[in-house]
Amino acid sequence: MDLFVLLAIQVLYAVASLALISVGLAIIFGMMRVINLAHGEFLMLGGYAAIVATSHGISIWISMLIVAPIVVGVIGIVVERTIIRFLYGRMIDTMLATWGLSLFLVGLTTAIFGNTTVGISAPLGSIEIGAYRTSAYTLFVIGISVVVLGTIFAGLRWTRLGLIARGTMQNANMAAALGVNPPRVYAITFGIGAALSGLAGAVLAPVSGVFPTIGVAYIAKAFITVIGGGAAILSGTVSAAVLFGTINQIATFVTTPVFGEVALLGAAVILIRVLPQGITGRFFRRSL
Amino acid sequence: MSISRRTFLQSSGAVAAAGVISSPAFAADEIKVASIHDLSGGLDIYGKPMVDALTLAVEEANAAGGLLGRQIKLISYDPQSNMQLYTQFAQQAALKDKVAVVHGGITSASREVIRPVLDRFKTLYFYNTQYEGGVCDRDQFDTGVTPAQTVEKLVPYAMKKWGKKVYVIAADYNYGQITSQWVKKYVLQNGGEVSSIDFFPLDVTNFGSTISKIQAAKPDFVWSALVGGAHISFYRQWAAAGMHASIPMASTTFAVGNEHIVLSPDECNGMLICYNYFQDLKNPVNQAFVASFHKRFGADYPNITELAMGTYQGFRLWAEGVKKAGSIDRMKVIEALETGISIDAPSGKVTIDPPTHHCILDVHIAEVKNKKLNVLEDFPQQRPTDTAAVCNLIKNPNDNQQYVIKI
Repeated sequence: MDLFVLLAIQVLYAVASLALISVGLAIIFGMMRVINLAHGEFLMLGGYAAIVATSHGISIWISMLIVAPIVVGVIGIVVERTIIRFLYGRMIDTMLATWGLSLFLVGLTTAIFGNTTVGISAPLGSIEIGAYRTSAYTLFVIGISVVVLGTIFAGLRWTRLGLIARGTMQNANMAAALGVNPPRVYAITFGIGAALSGLAGAVLAPVSGVFPTIGVAYIAKAFITVIGGGAAILSGTVSAAVLFGTINQIATFVTTPVFGEVALLGAAVILIRVLPQGITGRFFRRSL
Repeated sequence: MSISRRTFLQSSGAVAAAGVISSPAFAADEIKVASIHDLSGGLDIYGKPMVDALTLAVEEANAAGGLLGRQIKLISYDPQSNMQLYTQFAQQAALKDKVAVVHGGITSASREVIRPVLDRFKTLYFYNTQYEGGVCDRDQFDTGVTPAQTVEKLVPYAMKKWGKKVYVIAADYNYGQITSQWVKKYVLQNGGEVSSIDFFPLDVTNFGSTISKIQAAKPDFVWSALVGGAHISFYRQWAAAGMHASIPMASTTFAVGNEHIVLSPDECNGMLICYNYFQDLKNPVNQAFVASFHKRFGADYPNITELAMGTYQGFRLWAEGVKKAGSIDRMKVIEALETGISIDAPSGKVTIDPPTHHCILDVHIAEVKNKKLNVLEDFPQQRPTDTAAVCNLIKNPNDNQQYVIKI
């Protein structure tokens, strides 16, 4: 029973971290059809921002939850203004440009921080579940991703900015005709997507450590989750994260981590074959 | 004085021609040595100290007058933790640079990539990393320690200290796969049991469910053969789950990439390791070496690693072979090394074992303590008995394979 609770926490954690690393990408992809290959590097920059801020004496919570998203959000807006905005509607070109950007960011951080793994110890200590122990930080990551997803839902559903964003996403020309300025919406959305990636990178930094090429470990899973989820930003990301996270963790627990990864990828292949439009291409179609 | 275009071209042409003619003469005097170690990408935590140690070894040799009266030129390649580049650079070193020897390869995967290439092009190859043992190839020398030298010592030590039930976690490629089998062999031999062996691809960063699994298995200690930057997160997550205090750990890879400096003491104190070299070894050769290393690379150099020392000793052994052979010809050097050459290295006496092309050397068990590695017990002059059980290059000089342990 205790073991079951522990396993359930691990599954929830895997789902939460998948959703967290994917949601920034989902927003940028769902909104602007930009395939951001530098997404992993945004996560990595978030991790570095949090670690650098913490080592300068700022509280770890402020570093993770405030400094990292702001830093990466600003970087995102700069990237959008200087590179991405010239390339809307040219999917291949944006892939090429963001790939170049990703290489540049890896090179830059290597030059600044060196290529060794840096990290901070996870705060909060551990909790006991019967005879077992797990990190309390795991529960924090689960909580944070619920809060983040809830905030995005509320923002899109009930605020004016959310309404404008959804309108622009559905039909940019019509939104423009109604007095919205799409380039501005795009810049803000890109910034928010980047900020969320920064937040995710920072929150996961104490768990996984940070090094310049850590983006590679994240990006494939983030893309699989977003593509598997389909068109709807939130319900797509969440449903795909639930599916893949659960399969991955249960397979890992029952067999080995190698097979856990294989099961995740296998599930993704089957999913895309059966539902080429992703989960929300068939289910929850009218959701956010 | 005015210089017309014609006279300018004539004079500069003459200079250029002189340069072209004279440069091969200089180059022919130098002995070329290739280094193929990852200086970027996920494995550079291992590669950088190795290249630093090799650079120092070459500079020392040159300062002492070179080899056979010729200066040594180090040609350093960075394969960027990418196996394709290993193939490419090994070919380049053998065919374009025509080097006398290649020192290189970090992971066992990279070694198995370049070994056939260097075999084919008849270029002498030194692999200086501690590894899983079993490579039997007359063209190659392996100067690092193997499981019979380290795991065989550490398993009984740890079992005596902590108990008989062991859980093994390892990186998922030939190194981890084979080393974990050696761990299992020695655990069984000492009357213990292995509750499970789990493998992880090199980019896995979430170890949550494995940590649950280990708790469910309740081992007396965990044995880690994890590799690379991503796997460091295991130790963090292990400590964050509060497990560090309750289940101890031993490792064949920890501290090789300076993990004990990257992690905080609370996350890794008390871990047991076993290698050939530790920076704090108390002998005059080592103290002089550490002093000159710090003079060359700065006193704040974090730690001279096992792999760095392996590379330094590998170069020194090769240089002794060349001196003895009086030539850099591949076969002559191999035959000279096969006389059982030894050097007084910072880690103690290191001798080539002729039948296996591995080394006889000292090993030490140490404990991680507050970002330092404290030596607990010494085992002088250990032979590579694992490889020796299957490989005899004196009897079968044409043998060319990696033997794998079967249980």
